[in-house]
Amino acid sequence: MIGEGIQSTNQRKHSYVQDRVEVGFFTDPSVCIGCKACEVACKEWNQVPDDGFTWSGNSYDNTGHLGASTWRHVMFLEQDRAKGDQIAGPMSLDEDPFRWVFLSDVCKHCEEAGCLEACPTGSIVRTEVGSVLVQNDVCNGCGYCVVSCPFGVIDRRPEPLHDAGGAFKCTFCYDRQKSGLVPACAKVCPTESIVFGRLDDLRARGAERVQQLKQSGYNDAQVYDPTETSVRGIHAFFLILGEPEAYGLPPKPQIPTIYLKSAWSSAFATAIASIIATLAAFAFCS
Amino acid sequence: MTTDSPSEKRLEELREQAWKDGVVPGKGVDVAGGPIPRKPGYYGQPVVKPPVWTWQVPLYFFFGGIAGMSAVIATGAVLFHHVDLARAAMWIAAIAGAVLSPILLIMDLGRPLLFLNMLRVFKHRSAMSMGAWILSAFGACAVPGLIALELHARQIFPGALDQLLRVAAGILIFGSAIFGTLLATYTGVLIGATAIPAWFLHRTLLPIHFGTAGLGSAAGLLELLGHRIPALNFLGFYAAGVETALLIWLSVDKHGVADRAIHEHGSGWLIRISEVLTGPVAFGLRFFSFVPFAAISFLLGALVSRVGWIVVGKVSGSDPESVFAAERY
Repeated sequence: MIGEGIQSTNQRKHSYVQDRVEVGFFTDPSVCIGCKACEVACKEWNQVPDDGFTWSGNSYDNTGHLGASTWRHVMFLEQDRAKGDQIAGPMSLDEDPFRWVFLSDVCKHCEEAGCLEACPTGSIVRTEVGSVLVQNDVCNGCGYCVVSCPFGVIDRRPEPLHDAGGAFKCTFCYDRQKSGLVPACAKVCPTESIVFGRLDDLRARGAERVQQLKQSGYNDAQVYDPTETSVRGIHAFFLILGEPEAYGLPPKPQIPTIYLKSAWSSAFATAIASIIATLAAFAFCS
Repeated sequence: MTTDSPSEKRLEELREQAWKDGVVPGKGVDVAGGPIPRKPGYYGQPVVKPPVWTWQVPLYFFFGGIAGMSAVIATGAVLFHHVDLARAAMWIAAIAGAVLSPILLIMDLGRPLLFLNMLRVFKHRSAMSMGAWILSAFGACAVPGLIALELHARQIFPGALDQLLRVAAGILIFGSAIFGTLLATYTGVLIGATAIPAWFLHRTLLPIHFGTAGLGSAAGLLELLGHRIPALNFLGFYAAGVETALLIWLSVDKHGVADRAIHEHGSGWLIRISEVLTGPVAFGLRFFSFVPFAAISFLLGALVSRVGWIVVGKVSGSDPESVFAAERY
């Protein structure tokens, strides 16, 4: 926490990888100032290439969305709603409410990960700390993880960028974590809007923060962590103000493997029907 | 700068338009409460990622379907002593399934040189992994099956060895038929078990459609190669009949916004055209004995359909409202 200085979980050394402790990110937009230090730190540490400098016209967000070369993405939401109780009193803009929300989006590191299940090369693995990691030297760029991610995070890096052809996403700074360091984005976050730590601690902290915010008048504060769907929860979860749709987050994400049973049943039925039809054709039409 | 310069005129225009319509559409900053309509989700950004696959993949679906179902026809032909038909069907199976299909699949990879990594693991929960193994097993049966069949048909070896070849050809052709049916249908599972709404909402229909399109295409191609026998005509009727039923299914089983890529836009037209070509048109032409035209119509429809379903995936995956609607459904 802020105020803990170098004792904060965002700054102190740890041994989560060695101890096999499940870790996570808790990202809290109510304290995010939209500085994009996380984006810069991520790009610099992981040596992620730039993917173009285009003006989106969407508030102060020219990053757009997560992708093969964007592993942290600060969203800028401009909403015609009051933020909380803090704009109260004579200065209140009751007639024309407005709030600005910043949220740093990242790979969710799902409990049941669509990309990991879909990967035909075994390139995508689960690490000791519960994160989902793409082994870049194994990935052959088949692109199946891209359509299997319910959050649209992972993508294939296009030419002519460095390491083009492979699938990329947030590594949870696995390399840093192995050395007891905190992921780059969390380390640089000046307001600890991104908190890194033990998943169980973070979940408790998230629930507590929602209560705090509700008491301060942020009535639409909620934790975004789809534990009720087949994704069974995410390791990088968020606090959001309002509905998930406004953040481009799916309200009920599902892991695509739940569709396998009905699809394969249909495939087997078609296979058998085709064989029977063919044999019948030769038996009765010869 | 004078007031009649082009940039000033443009501003005048905007002012007039704003006065008249109350809204000025166009590129620009999306401000809450501003005059520009807001987009769904987060500035209209896709929620899931549309497929990155290019033209090789629909073509692979097309050839894989033909190859797989040709092996099924070859099995029927062998059992009922149509040796020439069996040879032609196995040639198609081997060329389309063991040569064209792998080439197309490898070309589509982001890193083609690492294609063998596909066989690093066996994951039954990944349709892509299963597909790689099915295609490999198919190739491993179809190519030696063809060789054995040809050697037997040309009576290259005498006596007992020829009998051995006959048995080997039978087993290998039967093996290619089993893996062939899976090769033709798994592609429906592949795109059906994804996060793309228009695909996963039709995961039951897709394997039926892809498998039957493969069977009809294989029969049609063999007819075009001169094998005009009643059995293939029957299969042509069967495939066109099933496709007609699927056309009706697709027009009844609508999910509104969630699968609108199938019914609207250019992608919707591709699906519609392909369904009509493989279904009623192919059936009608066959009914009036225009068999080659029926075969061409079906093959064309089957090809357009594979392109159409990939395009549907791109449209549907880029549409945030479809994803939201499918999840609320």
